[in-house]
Order: sequence, then C-alpha cells, then structure tokens
Amino acid sequence: MSTDSVDLKHTSRRDFLKTAGSVSALALTIGFEWGGTTRRALAMASGTPFAPNAFVRVGTDDTVTVIAKHLEMGQGSYTGIATVLADELDADWSLVRVESAPADAKRYANLAFGTMQGTGGSSAMANSWTQLREAGAKARAMLLTAASHEWGVPVAELTVDKGVVHHTGSKRQTTYGALVTQASALPVPDTVQLKEPKDFTLIGRHSPRVDVPAKVNGTAQFTLDVVMPGMLVALLERPPLFGATVKSFDPTAAAAVPGVVKVVQVPRGVAIIAKNFWAAKQGRDALVVDWDDTHAEKRSSADLMSEYRRLADQPALPARRDGDAAAALHGAARTVSASYEFPYLAHAPMEPLDAVVKLTATRCEIWAGDQFQTVDQANAARTAGLDPQQVSIHTLYAGGSFGRRANAGSDYIVEAVSIAKAHGADGTPIKLQWTREDDIRGGLYRPMYFHKLEAGLDAQGELTAWRQVIVGQSIMADTIMAGMVKDGIDPTSVEGASTMAYAIPNLSVDLSTTKTGVPVLWWRVVGSSHTTFAVETFMDEVAHAAGADPYGFRRKLLEHHPRMKAVLEMAAEKAGWSSEPLPKGRGRGIAVAEAFKTYVAQVVEVSVDDAGKVKVERVVCAVDCGTPINPDVITAQMEGGIGFGLGAALYGAITLKDGRVQQNNFDGYRVLRMNEMPKVEVHIVPSTEAPTGVGEPGVAPAGPALANAIFAATGKRIHGLPIPAAKPA
Amino acid sequence: MATSFVLNGAPTTLDADPSMPLLWAVREVAALPGTKFGCGMALCGACTVHLEGQAIRSCVTPLSAVAGKHVTTIEGLQGKAAKAVQAAWTQLQVPQCGYCQSGQVMSAAALLTQNAMPTDADIDAAMSGNICRCATYSRIRAAIHTAAQSMKA
Repeated sequence: MSTDSVDLKHTSRRDFLKTAGSVSALALTIGFEWGGTTRRALAMASGTPFAPNAFVRVGTDDTVTVIAKHLEMGQGSYTGIATVLADELDADWSLVRVESAPADAKRYANLAFGTMQGTGGSSAMANSWTQLREAGAKARAMLLTAASHEWGVPVAELTVDKGVVHHTGSKRQTTYGALVTQASALPVPDTVQLKEPKDFTLIGRHSPRVDVPAKVNGTAQFTLDVVMPGMLVALLERPPLFGATVKSFDPTAAAAVPGVVKVVQVPRGVAIIAKNFWAAKQGRDALVVDWDDTHAEKRSSADLMSEYRRLADQPALPARRDGDAAAALHGAARTVSASYEFPYLAHAPMEPLDAVVKLTATRCEIWAGDQFQTVDQANAARTAGLDPQQVSIHTLYAGGSFGRRANAGSDYIVEAVSIAKAHGADGTPIKLQWTREDDIRGGLYRPMYFHKLEAGLDAQGELTAWRQVIVGQSIMADTIMAGMVKDGIDPTSVEGASTMAYAIPNLSVDLSTTKTGVPVLWWRVVGSSHTTFAVETFMDEVAHAAGADPYGFRRKLLEHHPRMKAVLEMAAEKAGWSSEPLPKGRGRGIAVAEAFKTYVAQVVEVSVDDAGKVKVERVVCAVDCGTPINPDVITAQMEGGIGFGLGAALYGAITLKDGRVQQNNFDGYRVLRMNEMPKVEVHIVPSTEAPTGVGEPGVAPAGPALANAIFAATGKRIHGLPIPAAKPA
Repeated sequence: MATSFVLNGAPTTLDADPSMPLLWAVREVAALPGTKFGCGMALCGACTVHLEGQAIRSCVTPLSAVAGKHVTTIEGLQGKAAKAVQAAWTQLQVPQCGYCQSGQVMSAAALLTQNAMPTDADIDAAMSGNICRCATYSRIRAAIHTAAQSMKA
C-alpha cells in the first residue's frame, strides 16, 4: 500500500470528501501510511473504521482517531486539533487519539500557506478551525443519520453525549462504534450546521493534552528513537566557515574506527556512516578534511554590526509611511533618539536535528519531526532524483523547533537524503544525527539586526513623529519564499514595527537589507523577536521624555485599537501597575505586542542586586487569541514563550570571529534555566472571535518588558541584546 | 568487550566499547530509548539516569564506570517518589515538546527520594542542570511541590 497508486491530481477536495465517504473509498483512505507501521497496524486491528473525511476515523471499538496535519513540537497542536474536531463530533475525549497526517498537500495543506502543507506562523488552529469543525460535524451528522435509519426515528429526536447516541422517546442508545458500518455507506453531507459557542463541550475547557502520558513515561517517539533493522547512523562533518567547501579529505583514520561502515562526500561535507552513534562520532573526530574557504564568509559579527550601523544612515526602502516623519521631527519641540543591536540567535531545540531516510531507486521514505512537508518533499525529491510523489514523510513528535525545522532549503532532510544516496540508495535506513555542536554552529540563525529610532514630541508632550530604520539580512530573499518579498521589503524583517498599532500621525519605517554568508531563518515570533524590543523599549524612553507613565502613554496611543488596549489594561491591572516606584533595587516594566493576530501584554518585575545581577521576579501576562480552544495550553504557551524570550534577552547570542562561530554548546550559548524562571501569571481575554495562534506571540513582549523593568530599577537603558550586566545608577 | 551491571533491576551484560557513553549503551545497545541525547557534555540533563539512586548524566559516563552497579532509566523508574512525580507531571500537564522530560522526571524523582520536602532553593539546586527549551520550569517546580505533598499524604 502506498500513496503512489492513488491519483488525486484531478480530484477536488470536495469530490474527494464525497468519495471518501463511501465504503469503496475506505481502502483508499486507510491505505495511506499514516505515520509508522505500528500506528497503521493498530488502526487496521480495530476493525474497518468509519472514515468520512481526511481528518477523522471512528473505529468499531468507539475510538476516535483524529488525523493531525500539523506538527506537534510542544505547542499543543495535536490537542487543539483534536479538541476542535471532537467537540463538533460530540466525542468522548477519553477515546480520542491523534496521529500525524502523511505528506499530502492536496488533503493536508495549511490553508494559511495556500497549497502547502506545513506548520508555522502560529497558524495551526487559525487555519484549521472551520475545516476541522466541519469535518467533525459532518461525521456526527452521518453517524446520527445511521442511528436514525436503524431505529426509524427522525434525526432531530436524537442527542449525543460523549460518543453515545440517545433517543429519549424510545429509551434507546448506542455508541458511535456500533454505527460505523451503517454510517460508512452514507453520503457525506454538503453542508452542516456548526455549534453555537454556548454549546461547546470541549472548546474552552481544560482537556488534558493527548501527548502528556507518553511524554511523562519516556515512551513518546521522537526521530532520535526510530530504530529499524539494518539501520545505520550518520554524522556529517560540515565546514568550519559558512560557504567553505571540501578541498580534500583523508578517510583513513575515520574508516579505521570499529563500527564505521563508510566515509562519503556529500554536497554539505563529509559523512561518516556507522553502525551506531558512538562509532560515527569517533569516526568524525578522527576525520581529516582540508577545506576550501575561498568563497566563505570570513567577517566577524562585530564587523558586520559596524557596517549595519553605517548603513542605518544611508538611504533605505520604505516599509511604512504615514504622514511626514522627517518634517515632523524637524518641527518637534523635543526629539529622542536611540539605536539597538540584536545578535544572531540559534533555535537550539532540545532534540538536535535528525532524520531517518530509506532511499531506493524509486522511493524515498523519511521519518522526521517534519515541519514543512511539502517543501521537504520537493527538496528531498530533487536531491534523490525522484518525483515528489515518490517521497513519503512520516511526521513524528519534534523535540522542539522554534522555527528551525521549517526551512526553505530543508537542510537536515536534504543532508540525510544526500547521505543515503551516497551510500548507494540501496534501501538501507540511515539516521542522520546532528550533535549539539552541529546545531549551535550550523547556521540558519535569527538574523542580526540594527535599529535606529528617532521620535518627536510636541510642546504638550504628544508623540507626533516616529522614524525607524532597520538594517539586517532578509530571511526569505534568495529562497523559494522570495515571492513574499515585495518592493524590496521582506515583511519578516519589519513586521512588528511596520505594523505597529500605535496612533502616531507621522510614522516611517525603513529597511536596509544586507547580505552576508551567514544562513538565516525565522526564529520563534519571527520579526517581532527584535522589532517589538526596539519599539517597546523606545516607546518607554519616549514616555519617560514626555514625563508620562509608560502604561498610560501607551494606552492613550491605543484608544482606537480595542483588543490591543484591552490586553494592555488587563496586564497592568492584574500586575497592580501604578506609577509609584517600587522599593530600591526593584523595577517594573511593561510591553505589548501583536503577532500573528494574537495580542499579548506583559508586566515584568525585576530585582537588581548591588553587584548588578538581574533577577526576574514575576511576569504577568494578558493574551487575546480569540476563542480560547484550550486555556491550559494557551497558559503553557505563554509561560514557555516568556521563558524563551527572557532567556534570549538575558543571554542569547551567536557571535562570529573571522567567520567562525564562537559558541559550541549550552555553555557558550546560554539559555534560561530553572533557577532563573520567574513566577508567571497568565490571564486570557474571554472572546468569541476566531481563534489565533499562541505558540509564538508570548515571546515578543518578554524581552522589552524586562529591559523596561531594568530601567525602572537602575535608570539604565538597554540598547543591545543580550542585556549586559546592569548596575544600579 | 562486555560490561556487566544491573539495568532497571535486571542483571545485564552489554557487549560494547567500554568507553561508549552510558547514554548510547542504554539507547542503542540495550534498546531503551527513553533516555535522550541533548548536548553530549553534561550541560542539559536530557540524558539523566540513576546510578545507585543518584541522578547522573549518562552522556559523559563511560559504560565501564557502571560495571557492577545499579543503573535505572526512565523505563525502569519505580517507587513512591517516581510515582508521585509522574502523577504530578500529568496532573499539572508539565510537558510541551516532551524531549527533556525523561531527564526532568529522573532528576525530580532522585531529588524527592533524598529530600521528601524540598524548598524552592532545593529545587533550583537539583533541577538547574536540566534545560527545557519550552521553559516548562514553572510547572516542573509546582509539580515537584505537588509530588512532595502527595508523598506526605
């Protein structure tokens, strides 16, 4: 059974859903490999299920299996997806299972990305909200029709409670599982009535995460854990400088390590293929490679920042122009100016990148915590010399990503396929394993940026002008995403600044796009990982210059934006914000952001000791993400986003010296640890708006709110990240 | 070369390079994949196992160092503290991506075995070697307190 035999090219989604509802299509639906042989075997063993569409199967044993088109990388997507579908289905949550969808953009595209399957931009719930509700509601309608036929009673007289259908008049009841066969023979309805929010039974409740049990007892399966008969493990020696290539290599010492099977050159370097990780590691340590660094990036990050600083005074391209900022600054009663430096950042997910590839002359099978299935399928196919339809992907749990696994070049997937190809494409499963050093030195960083800001206040202290120039590399230019760059503006370089909600009559945001040899990528919350810091700390400086309370100053500029204003107010109120200063050595800062249509405000409280050591004491967070699908998952994402943002602000930096990355592991690349995690309180704005994402937005305000709190405690402004040791004034 | 030790309560002999880190020996030779690889340098704690009941980092512990000793991985974790920790982890919905959680659970179970009522400072001392990039730290702390309370009951 394989996807190869199924031609869906000329089948519209609507037709497909219809076809899939008939018994004849069941074989087709379950014939796909759903994400591992074990899972498929389980599905087959539970009897022929009812599979009315691509997103759900109901088994004769009453289990409801929801097929998730989005990667579970910690953000709770499996639970959210299952919640939405199961609510409309009126399923019993304890019988709901989730499995990952195969790579198949025709059925599983991210509707926010168009025709591409993938996870990112905090879009999982937003794009599948209506799709999954309809899938659940249609399945429910068919099961009820089956019961109605069975009992000879109208559908309108039936009710469902946790997967059990009741007919009160005749006191009959049956489970969904008992209706599977009859329901499978029915046509899929064209339209279906969705629930009113007041009728939700799972949405908005604290349903336990579907992945927690396996993640508490060590049985959750990550790519690291994939084992297959005859599987080999590969490590890849990559160039020490970005852009260097292999001049020559001596495999003798590596090949002599017991357990090393082959040493092969691939486009990205030299791979050691061995019987296990330890042999591959020792082989790689023994390998001798002579690199050609003719075209390599040899500059230091400090040199790049000097260049960026110079470019900020040169003409740049407009990303936003309201009014005439230059003229307004010229005519201002007072001006304020500041500049900000942001370093390269690594994502450093806990699971170092890894992928298992089984390649033959006609087929490429991939197991990975895959985040960009359609792109990875295409890149794997190109590398293998196959058609994308010949590439199948089994998406497993990812041990974090923060954007790293979603990249246009599919770097780690392409490496794994190229190694399998160099090994002979003989069907031997090969696991490519990155080490932490490979991860920290491997590029695809959040770009380095320089921001230059100027603001103008009138005689009454009103903010009349704001000019912001951003300098840095484009994430999307020169990739398959280049089409997103419009008029020279990569939106991921400027979002959060160009989209700022504050009412400022004269506002300009300009972009100067640089090129370096350092590969870059989106990093959790993308542009807002730096723009929110610059905007929100500078807004604080401006408020201070105006003699205004930083909360009240912002609030006045957000009068026209009720949702943004509401989260700001909620955070301030819950934190007990007042303009009274805290005791000596303590400070409080506020910041607010919109990212991926979710609104988040945070108040950070810090203490700074006499030696200048900063301790984050408390963070109060308010979030408006539309309809809260699972409040506990939302809370967890805010907690995690805050920890991620604080860690980056305090410690995060990848630096280059003569082109060489200076960090190797978690000693040089510091991240937040247990003893540094503050108390966090999360408050969710009640809403019936369509849901938006929560995986990323919580990161954005944490850094700037921290920097503003440090100012309140010490009188010192933070103009570059990571935050240097701040001493009381 | 073979190394004999007690793995999850069972006498075990692994035929592997004695310099192989215990992490890879339990994962790839003993086929127990619950213990994770995160850094290879005892910097992140994802590989935490118990050696004679103490939490250790298996990624820097050579297989030869455990000869004749008792090693416990997440697969063999048992006892009052372990049960309390795993129940509290579930109750408070600690995991996100989950990759570091085997190590977190092992560190927490070792802590509670030695100190039935840890303070926040005790938790900082015992758990700061375990990195969680999802920053589930608040819930880990709360879950350890919850587990301690449940053990007292």
